[in-house]
Amino acid sequence: MAPPAATHWRATDVEHVFREVSGQAVATLVRVFGDITLAEDAVQDAFVVATDRWQRDGIPPNPAGWIVTTARNRAIDDLRRSARGRELHAQLGVVARTSHGPDAADWEEDVPMSDDQLRLVFTCCHPALRTENQVALTLRLLGGLSVDEVARSFLVSESAMAKRLVRAKYKIKAAKIPYRVPAEADLPERLRSVLSVLYLIYNTGVDDAERAALRSDAIRLARALVELMPDEPEAAGLLALMLLSESRVPARTAGGALVLLRDQDRTKWDRTMIAEGHAIVRACIRRDQPGPFQLQAAIQAVHCEAGSFEATDWSQIVSLYEHLFSVMPTPVVALNRAIAIGEVEGPGAALTALDAIAPDLDNYHLMHAARGATLRWLGQQDAALAAYERAAELAVTEIDQRFLAQQIKELAEDGALMPHRPGGSTGPSTATDAPESAANQ
Amino acid sequence: MSQYLLSAHAGQGQDHREPMAPEIMQEFMGRVVALEAEMEASGAFAFSGRLADADAATVVRSNEGDIVMTDGPFVEAKEHIAGFYIIEADDLDAALAWASKVVDAIGAPIEVRPFVATGKVADQMHEMPGN
Repeated sequence: MAPPAATHWRATDVEHVFREVSGQAVATLVRVFGDITLAEDAVQDAFVVATDRWQRDGIPPNPAGWIVTTARNRAIDDLRRSARGRELHAQLGVVARTSHGPDAADWEEDVPMSDDQLRLVFTCCHPALRTENQVALTLRLLGGLSVDEVARSFLVSESAMAKRLVRAKYKIKAAKIPYRVPAEADLPERLRSVLSVLYLIYNTGVDDAERAALRSDAIRLARALVELMPDEPEAAGLLALMLLSESRVPARTAGGALVLLRDQDRTKWDRTMIAEGHAIVRACIRRDQPGPFQLQAAIQAVHCEAGSFEATDWSQIVSLYEHLFSVMPTPVVALNRAIAIGEVEGPGAALTALDAIAPDLDNYHLMHAARGATLRWLGQQDAALAAYERAAELAVTEIDQRFLAQQIKELAEDGALMPHRPGGSTGPSTATDAPESAANQ
Repeated sequence: MSQYLLSAHAGQGQDHREPMAPEIMQEFMGRVVALEAEMEASGAFAFSGRLADADAATVVRSNEGDIVMTDGPFVEAKEHIAGFYIIEADDLDAALAWASKVVDAIGAPIEVRPFVATGKVADQMHEMPGN
């Protein structure tokens, strides 16, 4: 007799739980079998079994353990069936015995360990793999996305993505990219590479309806990472940064058009996410080991704290940007600092700061948009128009292009009638709303 | 005697192709083993190696003092070095003769390049100008 609760489990619930535990299961099986593809296929097979069984019998109390056991048994069955598999299995037996010591009692191979997942994170984000492959592997192996879902997030065909993943896994195997947490000395740099991959995933989902799910994937992965590395303040900083950015998403657009920070309906901001983000930022401040992600999170925290654009503590934002620039001296950080300076010292100071970095960011639409807004504020209509036009040429996303077209239209209509402070203030997502990852562009 | 690098090149992704049929593989191995025995007997054989596919390559370079790694081979070429022999030969003609034999045996093109020096730099110092 089926338990009465069984009818409550829908395919989407099963899929959701599977996604949560899939990375853990793949990671554990990579340790057990020493082969990523084998682990990946086995977990995929287990998912097929789970979809059927969990919907009928309910989700087991330890879904990760269930997936690992099911996947492991199926993989071993498959291995036994093929000649090559028998050979591999014998080999793996030797490897497993030697790496676990002779005492079989403490050899609980299929118990998921949090270290497994951490090891896999560092394998997927190894600097010898190109960034796009780091991202693809992370989404596929740790994020539990299907190959087709990963392909869609890259806007490529499923077969192209499948090929790319095969190559990346080939490299891991052939070049022997290690499956381990880096040594203490290498950890800061290697962790940075992991964090940028997660932030890149998040930003790929910004202002892109088709890829919006990547934002929650990134947050989920960052949350898992913070659990795995509770002593790394930068990991916490990244999670806070994502949560605080995410909290404003409901107010960022209206009817498909971008709404600037100054015009956003702050009652639409997600207070739960802000509360969690603020708590993390406070904990980071107490820890006093600042880094780029923590500082960016702190800047976002100041924005989220303000009841209105005018009530924002801009001097604090400027000083946080100063601090950020001292650890991450990129032109994009300087751009955001220049915009914040404008809010404290006025448009003249902002323009001076912008002109100083203009040559470095000549191909970056947000720099030209920020100049356009500042020039308009100064009443220099023609120069503002030229800057906005250049920004529109360079803008990639449809939402940015639409925003800039609107600014250009307003400027043309305004003519000489110059409002004191145009509503269009700064660029599309500037005014410290721009993802700092743009610095990596 | 000089040393020459005979490098075999394979098209992109060829290592991911279907494995050879057993009898073809056996024939192939037979040819290669015979050739290597011939090199060994004539004193030409120095070293050989088979490389993983170019997808497994990593380029390491220095960028203003920072070590930067890039995924993939140096050049995004259609063909990449797949394996090599280092042989002893009196001159290029002798090296080319070996190269022709390797081409026949493995059925892939070979690049022949002479070494300017081999071994540790420390051991070559006394041969350098100025010493």
